[in-house]
Amino acid sequence: MTNVPQATQSDLAIRARGLTKDFGNVVAVNNVDLDVPRSRIYGFLGPNGSGKSTSIRMLCGLLTPTHGDIQVLGLEIPKQAEALRRKVGYMTQKFSLFEDLTVRENLNFIADIYTLPRAKQKIRIPQVTERYELGRIIKQRAGTLSGGQKQRLALAAATLHEPELLFLDEPTSAVDPENRRAFWESLFDLVAEGTTILVSTHYMDEAERCHELAILDLGVLVAAGTPDQLSDGIDAAVVVVESPEPRKVSRFLDEQAFVHSTAQIGNTLRVMVDREVQNPASFTDGILRDAGLPLDGCEKVRPSLEDVFVAATQARKAARDKTE
Amino acid sequence: MKSLQRIFAIVVKELRQLSRDRLTFGMIVGIPALQLLLFGFAINMDVRHLSAGVADLSNTANSRQVIMDMVQTQVLDIKHQAADVYELESLMRQGKIVVGIYIPPDYERRLQQPERSALHLLVDGTDPVVQGAVVGIANSGRTSPFNDRPPTMEIRTYYNPERRSPVNTVPGLIGVILTMTMTLFTAVAIVRERERGNLELLITTPVRSVELMLAKVLPYVFIGLIQVTLVLVLGVLLFDVPLRGELIDVYRVCLVFIIANLALGLVFSTVVQTQFQAMQLTFFFLLPSILMSGFMFPFDGMPKPAQWIAEMLPMTHFIRLIRGVVLRGATLSELSNEVAILAGFVVVAMTIAVLRFNKTLD
Repeated sequence: MTNVPQATQSDLAIRARGLTKDFGNVVAVNNVDLDVPRSRIYGFLGPNGSGKSTSIRMLCGLLTPTHGDIQVLGLEIPKQAEALRRKVGYMTQKFSLFEDLTVRENLNFIADIYTLPRAKQKIRIPQVTERYELGRIIKQRAGTLSGGQKQRLALAAATLHEPELLFLDEPTSAVDPENRRAFWESLFDLVAEGTTILVSTHYMDEAERCHELAILDLGVLVAAGTPDQLSDGIDAAVVVVESPEPRKVSRFLDEQAFVHSTAQIGNTLRVMVDREVQNPASFTDGILRDAGLPLDGCEKVRPSLEDVFVAATQARKAARDKTE
Repeated sequence: MKSLQRIFAIVVKELRQLSRDRLTFGMIVGIPALQLLLFGFAINMDVRHLSAGVADLSNTANSRQVIMDMVQTQVLDIKHQAADVYELESLMRQGKIVVGIYIPPDYERRLQQPERSALHLLVDGTDPVVQGAVVGIANSGRTSPFNDRPPTMEIRTYYNPERRSPVNTVPGLIGVILTMTMTLFTAVAIVRERERGNLELLITTPVRSVELMLAKVLPYVFIGLIQVTLVLVLGVLLFDVPLRGELIDVYRVCLVFIIANLALGLVFSTVVQTQFQAMQLTFFFLLPSILMSGFMFPFDGMPKPAQWIAEMLPMTHFIRLIRGVVLRGATLSELSNEVAILAGFVVVAMTIAVLRFNKTLD
């Protein structure tokens, strides 16, 4: 701990080592190391139950870790969790403002809870109201808002006290694509102002937008880095196979030892081929033609995040199957 | 200062939410009014106007006189005339009468033989209260020229000489209503926020546990006092309940009791996970409070272990206090012991609540 250079510490908004949480005999988060740089959007990508929410809750001091050290904005968590509260904003997965209060009442309440002085409130509330387009619905009860409106209100409330660090737990799960886009635009605005954002998601397109991300699977961090680093570091090649009978081809390929997995997208198949295979596209092409399967062509493509995700989780599954 | 700002914000929010929650708002007024009317009019421990049948086979001046005496007690209403004891029994089986008066043909002769019973009272024993009432009549109703000596015991009743039930029940009813609503409202107010996810948001803010607890409880203190006022006003107007002590003392006693129940509600909220469980726990607590506190049955009549349990219930001490102040005109210094116990209960419950409510989701 003392060996960490001073510069590194201040560049990091979050630093966690060996983060672990057990619920009884279920290990929700298992020995996760995390370095989140400041003024970045850092993503947690993982399926439901992968430990994203649990990790976020531990990082903001809502859950006590079973093991591990956490430093958030230079504070020891959970010991200094109270001091952290003023510096962070937290948007829960489920809408957690008061549905029987109006938009304005909710904002006033949150402003008072963070003890913003009246003068400051007079500036900040109109600011967020305008920024998140809450003006027209300011007198409406939160319970009657649409998914997108609720989400904008939640973000307005979470940023009202101008936090340095924002935790967003699956913020867009109840929002349509158009609102999701607008939402991400406002996140980049916040980052430009210096806010650090930690966001969890299970949408690949959202993960692609993050500056950096960590892929979680069953509580284990299986890969971390920028989207490009992750794509380059994948442990397989991706070949797109076009065929008039994709189901037949996919059944055949699933039997082959050099194929890690196949996924159908429309009339094409995304095939993950073992790294050891030279020229994976022509190799696949040859195998399929030898088997006499109908084929329009094979092409090696750059792995997407979804491929990275599938490769990382499958490698773990294979390792588990082997030990069992 | 900052603490006050946060507490005030939560209090305002609570009141706002409450005014929009029509069901709870209705319960604040509805529960006291309904219970008062129920206990005041319907649940009446005075036994009056029991349906009775008479089979007077003697039909003499004396027999008619003894029936008249019984009717004058107002305990019995003669609804049926029967030809014989079998008809009385049949009427009772059908549920048409609960008391049958059988006067045998040799009534006059029996009156002169004190060792024999002169008449028979047939009682439907399915209701113990009715049984008790009829035993009372039997002891007083043996009028005859030869047995006309004054009763050896004269009963004089203090504080409620007319023996009207509402006088006893209305002050105690304040306790029942407060136990029920105050405990439930606070427990639900916190559990509801947990269920809706509001609590997860609140605990990530700088609000302290103590602030949250206090702010949650404060609005209900006012609501409790409104309920007390409602029951007192209705009790005086409808049931003519006397108010012999100082009004301010009544409110002081109620205030301590309200806070005790609110603190208990807070403790409940840290134990249960859902609003339904909060409700169950409240009723689990309410029942012994009604039955064992002395509200319904005399405290001294209970076996010792039951009395020890009852001493743990705030309601027991409240019943002693409120009856003392309202009906006997006692001052708080005369009852300081009970006040101290209630205050102690508040301190203990509030401490448990704050300690148990930690600001994590563990």
